[in-house]
Amino acid sequence: MSLRSALAPLRQAVRVTPRRAFGSSASRQSESLFVHRDTDYNNPNIKFEFTPENLKEAQKIIDRYPPQYKKAACMPILDLGQRQNGGWTSISVMNAVAKLLEMPKMRVYEVATFYTMYNREPVATNFVQLCTTTPCQLGGCGSTKILETIESHLNVHPGQTTKDGKFTLIEVECLGACSNAPMMQINDDFYEDLTPETTIQVLQALSKGERPKPGPQSGRRTSENSAGLTTLTGPPPKPGQFNLPEFQ
Amino acid sequence: MPGRRSVIGSYQAVADIAGQRFFSTTIPRHADITLTVDGKEVTVPQGTALIQACEAAGATVPRFCYHDRLAIAGNCRMCLVEVERSPKPVASCAMPAMPGSKVFTNTPLVHKAREGVMEFLLANHPLDCPICDQGGECDLQDQSMRYGSDRTRFHEITGKRATENKDLGPIVKTSMNRCIQCTRCVRFANDVAGVEDLGTTGRGNDLQIGMYIEKTMDSEMSGNIIDLCPVGALTSKPYAFQARPWELKKTESVDVLDAVGSNIRVDSRGVQVMRVQPKINDEINEEWINDKTRYAYDGLKYQRLTTPLVREGDKFVPATWEHAMESIRHGFLNSGARGDEIKAVAGALADTESLVALKDLINRMGSENLTTDTPLGHLPSPTGSEIRSNYLFNTSIETANEADAVLLIGTNPRHEAAILNTRFRKSYLQTGAEFALIGENFDSTFEYEHVGTSAKDVESFLGGKGKGAFGKIWKEAKKPLVIVGSGVIEGKEGAAVLKAVSKHMLDNSARFLAEGWNGFSVLQRAASRTAALDVGFTPSAAASKATPKFVYLLNADDIDPSTIPENAFVVYQGHHGDLGAQFADVCLPGAAYTEKATTWVNTEGRSQMGRTAVPPPGASREDWKILRALSEVVGEPLPYDDIYTLRERMWDVSPTLLRYDTLERPSAELVTAGLKQLSSASVSAGSATAFKKPISDFYRTDPISRASVTMAACSKAFTKKEYETTQVDDAIGGQASYA
Ligand code: SF4
Ligand code: FES
Ligand code: FES
Repeated sequence: MSLRSALAPLRQAVRVTPRRAFGSSASRQSESLFVHRDTDYNNPNIKFEFTPENLKEAQKIIDRYPPQYKKAACMPILDLGQRQNGGWTSISVMNAVAKLLEMPKMRVYEVATFYTMYNREPVATNFVQLCTTTPCQLGGCGSTKILETIESHLNVHPGQTTKDGKFTLIEVECLGACSNAPMMQINDDFYEDLTPETTIQVLQALSKGERPKPGPQSGRRTSENSAGLTTLTGPPPKPGQFNLPEFQ
Repeated sequence: MPGRRSVIGSYQAVADIAGQRFFSTTIPRHADITLTVDGKEVTVPQGTALIQACEAAGATVPRFCYHDRLAIAGNCRMCLVEVERSPKPVASCAMPAMPGSKVFTNTPLVHKAREGVMEFLLANHPLDCPICDQGGECDLQDQSMRYGSDRTRFHEITGKRATENKDLGPIVKTSMNRCIQCTRCVRFANDVAGVEDLGTTGRGNDLQIGMYIEKTMDSEMSGNIIDLCPVGALTSKPYAFQARPWELKKTESVDVLDAVGSNIRVDSRGVQVMRVQPKINDEINEEWINDKTRYAYDGLKYQRLTTPLVREGDKFVPATWEHAMESIRHGFLNSGARGDEIKAVAGALADTESLVALKDLINRMGSENLTTDTPLGHLPSPTGSEIRSNYLFNTSIETANEADAVLLIGTNPRHEAAILNTRFRKSYLQTGAEFALIGENFDSTFEYEHVGTSAKDVESFLGGKGKGAFGKIWKEAKKPLVIVGSGVIEGKEGAAVLKAVSKHMLDNSARFLAEGWNGFSVLQRAASRTAALDVGFTPSAAASKATPKFVYLLNADDIDPSTIPENAFVVYQGHHGDLGAQFADVCLPGAAYTEKATTWVNTEGRSQMGRTAVPPPGASREDWKILRALSEVVGEPLPYDDIYTLRERMWDVSPTLLRYDTLERPSAELVTAGLKQLSSASVSAGSATAFKKPISDFYRTDPISRASVTMAACSKAFTKKEYETTQVDDAIGGQASYA
């Protein structure tokens, strides 16, 4: 998750000082731990078992791979576990996956700590991942503004969960929707082309338990030109339309 | 190394359990290829790593992650070399040598690449060499001197990466800030030691080595990761801040704490053994030694007998050698012992020289009562002592991993011969060898099928009634191997088991006794047992019935007290005040294995020379000299005055004792004759009593390891599982958060 915090120093760097800067980039360390510490909400004694439906689903995933490479199913099944466990992967989830796939537990821990989308700490029902990578920072009104909006609206800072337990906010790196910058992902949905107003609308709807329409909030379709199409405006050519008559 | 390619990058793949092993059934033999390294032509087998080809051409390539006995990782980039027509420098460890390629290891590009890699490695390295135990034998230190830049461009005021230390138990001390993430330790733990809990967590700058959860590294081979770690991230806890490598005198010797005969290097300073390191011997221990071999040395300092002791009433009183010898003479005469009433008992740590001297002495005194301190040691061994192949590990340690099906009878190789166990782990992972056990279950580093518990089960399994998957595998195995544990042979059922096994061998001799393969092996677990049988240190049938009046204990510390009659006169000769000394009327202080140059015969029958690293403490003497002196006192002088004449005598007894470092394989006829002898023994059928593991606590098996503080800590941590992991860093201990 080192990448997620990438922008914090950038924002600091704006304060230029007359002194010569020694470090051109800060030694950036993730704030999440890469070792497990037993806590009352996350320890191996907490039971976790896949539900029968999920077990069926898991079996389907496992069947995609040759039987001796059962462990290839590790990532999708961890995801399955994370979903069942309310959006985060506890140590018990990892252990359950190891057991299911007959792999040493450490191999699962390695995978779960490597990928940032396995949340190893609990998250709220609405997991707000705001993209703050450069295109999003520059596009539209800029993600910095969105971040400030969310921070003041929810009264949390990145990495924190609201008091009512409805939202967890984090900053993430590019989610691949740069053309609709700025954007955020909440659970499995992308909310794009954000402005402070639409952001608040989305958050308010979510806190009421509704599911606002994912996608661009500006009303445009996907990432089409917001000023209207400039090309491909006519109907698509029919098969053979431009062929010589004898070949039509 | 052919076959190496098959494990490239598969350490994660091979680490798995249950049918997820990495298979490559035959080692492919490739044609040789020729390439040019620094203008020099070199021919290597196809599939050789480029780094090895460079090595073969005499060019040194610096490295951190590459290790020729581990899988290839290719993650440190220190081994960059220039290859003609390749746009970038290539990592020579991860690149196979290609025919006709031109490689340069000494060009400006290579120098610059190495300097760059070095700079990156040092960017996050704490540079705390003055307080680091690796100093003086640190690859990072050496290579930065040689290949690194002479100045730094690192002016990071916010500091370096910091990683918290892990608590891996009483042996490995960690200082994870120093880690350069070469993953050698991870590969060793997973592939060789069979500890699948060590791995890497996080990624990028946050990558760290550990177990994720708090856990000790519970392995009898864990000490090896200390040697493997190219930096000071993993160092030795017992040896922490004790000495610098350049202060130590290095003596190459042989380990005696099990019967494998691992080659070791004893590092000493003055009169003290400071540490024990492995010495490479591809035929035995490769590059590894187990933790007992490595760390029991502090036992050499405690509980030592440093002066002769004579019992007066219920107290031992220090005495001079003359006084002690005189007391023995009186005691012997007063005991009235005659003929077979004079009994000698040899323990696990008796060296071959003193075994020969003691045998000669006792024989001269008219007795044949030469016994060992094993449970039924007062009886002749069921293996006999005439035909060597009946009690040797005939398969040899080096080729044991060629076996495709292994039947373990009453033995836990992990504790009785940890080095052999690593070979089995290798064959389990790489060639898919199958294992089965008859005996008590143990925590194994390979999967096995449990096919029985007793001598009766041995008979029925080998009698063709093998059920389960292994029964079938066994019938089809091309190189089957039976290992009979020393615990079985020493027990009541020894002869019955040997009979069943030898019958099976003879019936299936095409597979068991094929050209270049001998599938019958006895696994000894004590260093002196093979030599004792080699020199004929066994009682005659008549002698074993005599009630002893004079008992001579030579290093006999596992003796059953009930075998020593109340009124017998007892002499104990040995180096530790352990069990044996308690019964003695006179104690004679001998030398431990690091203090004498003597011959040791390992379980394969390979004789090796141990060397003197430090002098024996106090008034103690070399053991054969004590016996020689004693022979004079009791009026039966032995005809050798120096070690050379004694060795001549050993040559007469058995020339193999002096053919050092060679493994003599008995001829097929001899093996067959031996098996016939075993199979014709008249014994009753095996009972259904379950075999017991002879070693219940790996860390405390002999007087040296029992006196060792480190071994006591290991026993507590790993055998009793009572280790308290220290909270590594309470300051950070709070909850993690997102950011
Ligand atoms: S601890 Fe040592 S051996 Fe293990 S990865 Fe780090 S540097 Fe390599
Ligand atoms: S930069 Fe935000 S989605 Fe790509
Ligand atoms: S030795 Fe080749 S990359 Fe490390």
